[in-house]
Parts: sequence; C-alpha cells; structure tokens
Amino acid sequence: MADKGKRLPLLIVIVLGTVFVVQYFVPSRPSQGLYRQALRWSIVMGLPAIVIAIDSLVRHHAARIRRRQAGWGDSLVYLGAALLMAAAGLAGGVGEGSLFMRLFTYAMAPMQATVFSLLAFYMTSAAYRSFRARSAEATLLLASAFILMLGLIPLGAAIWRGIPAVSEWLLLVPNMAAKRGLGFGIGLGIVATALKIILGVERSWMGGS
Amino acid sequence: MTIPRPIRLSMPATAALLALCANAFAVRPPAQLQAKDSPDDEGGKVRLEWRLSPDDSAAAVKGYLVERAASADGPYAEVRQVFRGSASYEDQKLQDKTDYYYRVRALGAAGDTSEPAQAGPVQARQQWFRKGKLNAVIGLVLFLLIIVYYLRRAQKENLFLRRLAGLDALEESVGRATEMGRPILCVLGSQGLDSVATIAGLNILGQVARQTAEYGTPLLVPTQDFIIQAVAREVVKTGYAAQGHPDRFSEDSVFYVVGNQMGYASAISGLMSRQRPAANLFVGHFYAEAMVMAEAGNATGAIQIAGTDAVTQLPFFIVACDYTLMGEELFAASAYLSRQPQLVGTIKAQDLGKVILVALLLALSVLTLALRTPFFYNLLGVQ
Repeated sequence: MADKGKRLPLLIVIVLGTVFVVQYFVPSRPSQGLYRQALRWSIVMGLPAIVIAIDSLVRHHAARIRRRQAGWGDSLVYLGAALLMAAAGLAGGVGEGSLFMRLFTYAMAPMQATVFSLLAFYMTSAAYRSFRARSAEATLLLASAFILMLGLIPLGAAIWRGIPAVSEWLLLVPNMAAKRGLGFGIGLGIVATALKIILGVERSWMGGS
Repeated sequence: MTIPRPIRLSMPATAALLALCANAFAVRPPAQLQAKDSPDDEGGKVRLEWRLSPDDSAAAVKGYLVERAASADGPYAEVRQVFRGSASYEDQKLQDKTDYYYRVRALGAAGDTSEPAQAGPVQARQQWFRKGKLNAVIGLVLFLLIIVYYLRRAQKENLFLRRLAGLDALEESVGRATEMGRPILCVLGSQGLDSVATIAGLNILGQVARQTAEYGTPLLVPTQDFIIQAVAREVVKTGYAAQGHPDRFSEDSVFYVVGNQMGYASAISGLMSRQRPAANLFVGHFYAEAMVMAEAGNATGAIQIAGTDAVTQLPFFIVACDYTLMGEELFAASAYLSRQPQLVGTIKAQDLGKVILVALLLALSVLTLALRTPFFYNLLGVQ
C-alpha cells in the first residue's frame, strides 16, 4: 500500500494516464482540445522547474568556486559565460545582428562543432578496440565492417564489382533483421513500462515502492 | 513554279478553326475527382483525390487549381494551386455538416487551364474513433490482459528471470565505488520526460539511489533537462529516505548542467576526467553525444554500464562500455533490480507478447505469400 505522500501522485498518474491512452484513439474535437490544453499545461508546469534548474546550476558552480575544487576555474568561466549570454539577450534582444546572436554564431556554434568533430577520433579508437580479431564474433564484425566500408568507396567496386551488392545485402538483410528484432522488444517494453506506471505497479520513479 | 493561293474562310469558319486549335493545344483535364471527408480526424477537413492529367508527365502541366463552391453551379473560389504530379489535396478549416462542391483544373505551362473535373457534394465530419488504429487497440487490450494474468500469477509463484550481466554488474559497481571512495555517475540521456526511455532511466536511478544510500556512496546525476533535474532529485531523495538514510542525500548530487547536446557531452567528459567516478551509468535515449561520453568514460577506466532504446547508438555503447542493456533490457531493469514479483510478472508478459507477435508475423507473411493478397499484410499496419 502506498504511503500517504505517494497516493496523490499515483492517483494523478493513473487517472491522466488512462485518459490520455483513450484520447490517443479518439480524434474528435473535444479530445484534440483536451490534448492541446494538456500540452499548454505541461509547458506552464515546467516553468517553475527552470527556476529550480538555474538555482541548482548557480549553487553547484558557486560551491565549487568557494571550495576551490578541481576545475573551479571552469565553473567561473561557465557562470561568467551564462551571465554574459543572459545579459546580452535581455539588453539587446536575440534578433539578427544582436550581441546575443553574434556570441551564439561566433562562439557557441564553433565550440559545438568542435566537440562534434571529436566524434571521428572517438569512433576510430573505439573501432580499433572492437575490431581486433580476438574472438569469432569480433572477427565476424571485422570482416563485415571491412566489406561494408569497401562497398561504400569506389575502390571496392574496382576490386570486385560484387562488393557494393554484398555490402548492401549486409545492411539490408542481417543488419535490418537485428534492428527489427530489437524494435519489437523496444516497442513492447515501452508499452509495458507505460502500462506498469499507469496501473501503479511500477513506482521506482517515485524513489522505490 | 506555281504559288498556292491563300484559302479564304468565312468568319464562323475562322472562329471554329481557332477554337479547334486552342483545344488541340490546351492541357487535358484531370479525371475521376473524388471528394471525401478526411478519415479519423477532428472534423473540418475534406480530402480530394484525382487522376493526373494525361499531359502531366509531358511537363505541359504546371500544376492543378483546386476550387470550391457552396453549390454545384458556383460561384467557385480558388482554394489552392498544387504542384505538377500532385494527385491529392486536403482542404481544411471547413464547416462541419455543410455541403461543399469541388473542381480541379490542370494549369498549362502557358497559363491556360483545362476543363474542370468536378465532385460533390461532400461534408466534413468529426470522428469519435480512429478506425485506422483498431488493430493497435486490440493489441493493447490483449497485452493488458496478458500483463494482468502474469501479475496474478506472480503473486502465487516465483517466476524465472534470466540473468542480465549488465544489471548484475550494477550492484558490483556500487560496491566497487564504495571501496574506492569514488562516486557513481548516472546520465539520464538526452530526451525529456515524455520519453519512456527516460522514465526507465529514472526507474533504474531510483534503484541505484537505494543502493548508494545503503553503502553511503556518492551519487552524481548531471541532467540536460530542467524538468528531469527536478524529478531526478525527488527520485534520489525518496530513495535515500526509503532506505532510512535521508541525511546522506546531498542536494548537490543532482544538478542541471546545460540544455545543449554537445555542451552537455563536454561537461560530462570533464566531470569524468576530474572526479574519476568508479562507475558510469548511461540510461535513457541518446544521440551522437553517446560516443563522446562513453569514450571519455572508457579512458578513465571506470566500469561502464549503458542501457538505451536508441538502436543507432547501441553499437557505440557496445564498443565503449563494459555492459550494454539493449532495447527491452533497459525497460526490464527496474523489475530485475527490485525483484518485486509484480514487476517480474510484467517481464514475462513482455516475453509472451513477443512470442505472439512473431507467430502472428509469420502466419500473416505465409498467408500473404500463399494467397497473393495484401489484405493479411495490411492487418498489422497502423494509420
């Protein structure tokens, strides 16, 4: 039996969960109106969470700076940058040519692109580790990856005209079969998790039973 | 050499010849225009479908002009021009239960229009059930019945659950972190609270929080979403309270980092290299940042356990993590960790659901191939 503090959230989840499962199958105007209203409510209810998040962010980094923890300088830069962006947006707006937009275009976007480009190196190191033929599975993986990569470049067809077709078969047959198998499990898992929560069986999201 | 004399035509003959020439060069009209109420909607929409003008493929047609009127005799007003090759249009914002008439003309490249194809009257109406999702309703009800059956069965007997190495390692990683005096890092993915994978991640976090509360191991939960931060904090706090150690919970353990994808990946990578968590958990839905975080964690030598329903990110987690929960295993984690009979029962229901689904697919595939009709194939399609 749920304790008193958990009864209300459980009741809200059970009632609203059931209502919105039914709503999904009812296309009529009142049903769609209810859905749109719920979306608006979820945005409104999320707003106080922004305040909590900003409070958490400032407290977390301020504490690191105060305690001079490892990397406290990064926290200082982070808080300074967050303040600068907020001030630029509030003072000059976020339109084209504003300071906020210039900071975004010339500082934030290149930094994001830099981290994104690191993916190539991470992939190489991960591929090196996994493609070392230490077991039958790893050897199979190595061979499949080799054929796939060859099939995607002109050199593959130059070696043997059938390589692109083999490469495509690997992608569309064994690879697709595995993906669809995973898809069935994921689909049923999603429905089962949703039903568990709606039925009140799953309560870990409230910190355990 | 004789020069032919010009032919002289009378006025009516000239007019008839001009009309003949105009008809010869005008684009031919679309055919078989059908106007129907849009199915499975909230009303106010009519769907038009027609067969393309025979001149459509020859590029003589620029597009199609859709016109609407309240009576068959008109006047017709232009509703929309659609591109060449378009054989359908959905007219919106109409009054329900009101008669409408439609005409569709082909627009010639020279600006001329064809004779119209006509349809009507038609009325827009709202529906109270999505007929295209009837199979989904049947499947959902059937699956619900299976879950209820296994929930009852789980109360009477112990149901077998196969071992999941990744989840067995979870408790071991908490113990390892405790011995090493290092924290456990839990990353809840990059989607919001509307993602079931995030909720599954929160379920796992709840179980992990109970274990870290028991052992007094520091837990770090940096989040990318402010709503998840608020919910995750409550989940961890309640987990600590449930184990009788509310004093061990630190408000600072669950914190918001940034909403930006790569900014978040950088922050997590930095946190891993500075604080060197003994175990990293990646549970939820991930995108390209998965590889950045998992490789950064791999470099620190931490035990890494990942669980995601993002099929495209699974290979990256498999190569960079020690254990990976693939797809449905993520959703089974909460039941596996808590060992609550009712939750275990739902896992058995999922297994039976899979068996039924695969059997159904096989049977319908055989019937489709044997009888050469798409009817059975379409039975599983959801519109």
